[in-house]
Amino acid sequence: MNAIYILWIRQLKKYWRSKPRIIGSLGQPLLFLLVFGFGFGSIFQKAGGGSYIQFLVPGIVAMAVVFTAIFGGIELIWDRQFGFLKETMVAPVSRFNIMLGRTLGGATVSVIQGVAVLLISFLVGFKMGNLLMIFPALVFMFLTAFFFTALGTAIASKLTDMQAFPIIMNFLVMPLFFLSGSIFPLSTAPKALQILGKIDPLTYGIDGLRYAFVGASTLSPWLDLGVLVGVSFLFLLIGKHLFEKMEA
Amino acid sequence: MPIIEVKNLTKKFGDFIAVDRVSFTVEEGKIFAFLGPNGAGKTTTIKMLTTLLEPSEGDALINNFDLKKERDSIRHSFGIVFQDPSLDDDLTAYENMEFHGVLYGLDKTTRLKRIEDLLKLVDLWERRGDFVKNFSGGMKRRLEIARSLIHTPKIIFLDEPTVGLDPQTRNHIWSYVVNLSKKEGVTVFLTTHYMEEADKMADNVVIIDHGKIIGSGTPEELKNKTGTTSLEEAFLKLTGHGIRADEATSMDALRTQAKMWGRRK
Repeated sequence: MNAIYILWIRQLKKYWRSKPRIIGSLGQPLLFLLVFGFGFGSIFQKAGGGSYIQFLVPGIVAMAVVFTAIFGGIELIWDRQFGFLKETMVAPVSRFNIMLGRTLGGATVSVIQGVAVLLISFLVGFKMGNLLMIFPALVFMFLTAFFFTALGTAIASKLTDMQAFPIIMNFLVMPLFFLSGSIFPLSTAPKALQILGKIDPLTYGIDGLRYAFVGASTLSPWLDLGVLVGVSFLFLLIGKHLFEKMEA
Repeated sequence: MPIIEVKNLTKKFGDFIAVDRVSFTVEEGKIFAFLGPNGAGKTTTIKMLTTLLEPSEGDALINNFDLKKERDSIRHSFGIVFQDPSLDDDLTAYENMEFHGVLYGLDKTTRLKRIEDLLKLVDLWERRGDFVKNFSGGMKRRLEIARSLIHTPKIIFLDEPTVGLDPQTRNHIWSYVVNLSKKEGVTVFLTTHYMEEADKMADNVVIIDHGKIIGSGTPEELKNKTGTTSLEEAFLKLTGHGIRADEATSMDALRTQAKMWGRRK
């Protein structure tokens, strides 16, 4: 228990001390929010979609969460290359607890990043239906963050250097993000995109966030919750398996 | 009494045999030097003895625990200073120590006391609040040695602890090690490329090459056996004068990337 705590707090300290990283990873979601939000706003409204900012913000918050989370998972590569991983691997702590502590830390950091984007989006006119719904929103953010940190960790346990990072971003994370109904509604998209969206776990995270933020989800929030818990659990097990086989 | 007993320890990577049926013992409380040229199998052996690598064959008893079955008890029994740095540069010296203490399950009172005693012993108590990234190579080494002892291990593995350090710092490090081994009664298992250091410090020496043990005994015995006057000459006589290939690493490329992402200075 203490081991999980110290690994968790380490991630938080490192995050808080790296101010350029905090600001840097706010940049992309804010760019998307402002450019898409104001760029497509009037077309979206004319097409009868309502306020685009209201539609877009849950997706952009998820973006901040997902990108920070996947990076937090991939950071395992640095711990390995800079040797710190060995320090944790020779300790009398199970590999599963090491992974759990890291993943919880990465997920917490990602939620903080998501909340920061949410606060900024209030400045550009986003309104939440009910402020108390922030609590279910935090749950959806956390589950999404946990899943993507676990995914990043699982990938990182198989990689030896950061060369593959752009490939992961461009061929895995970006497609998952765009196919999740984050910036356009899936319900009016072509059938093929809808099917791809259905198998994208992020779809359920974003749908859950939309339910919590603006009360307008296309799926049941319980389904969203179930899928997210399911995939998080699945990747925790996959990560555990890979982590136990990994050599520092 | 032996604290480490290794029997026919073997590690294969595919067809390549990195460590080939190695057997030796290390006596409790002694300083033991494990020597060999680059790529001889030193680090692989240490990785196996410290539970980081699974042996392909063979057994080892460490602090009377079976390497295959009692990994957790073994992990409590040793401390290690790796060949490459293993500190978290973004944490302070104190936080690195604390991380270790918590990971090894020490209660708060013991932890605080051990951290203070050990940091004082390696002259880093005044610098405890500084980030490790601002430390020199020698300071990092001292911190790693202190850290490896927090949980009061019976054995400390030092894998080339003085590589890349100037003679002053090397001297310092070794005096800390001798001091600690006396004060804490710790068995020291070390590797080094500086033969005069091993000659001076070690009670017993094992020389390994191409994964096999090719000589063992006290430094005096090895010199007598080979008819040489220094351990370095004995070492060269046993292992030959040919230059060994060094391991290639992707470390430099990675450091550049890390800088690019703004993670380390």
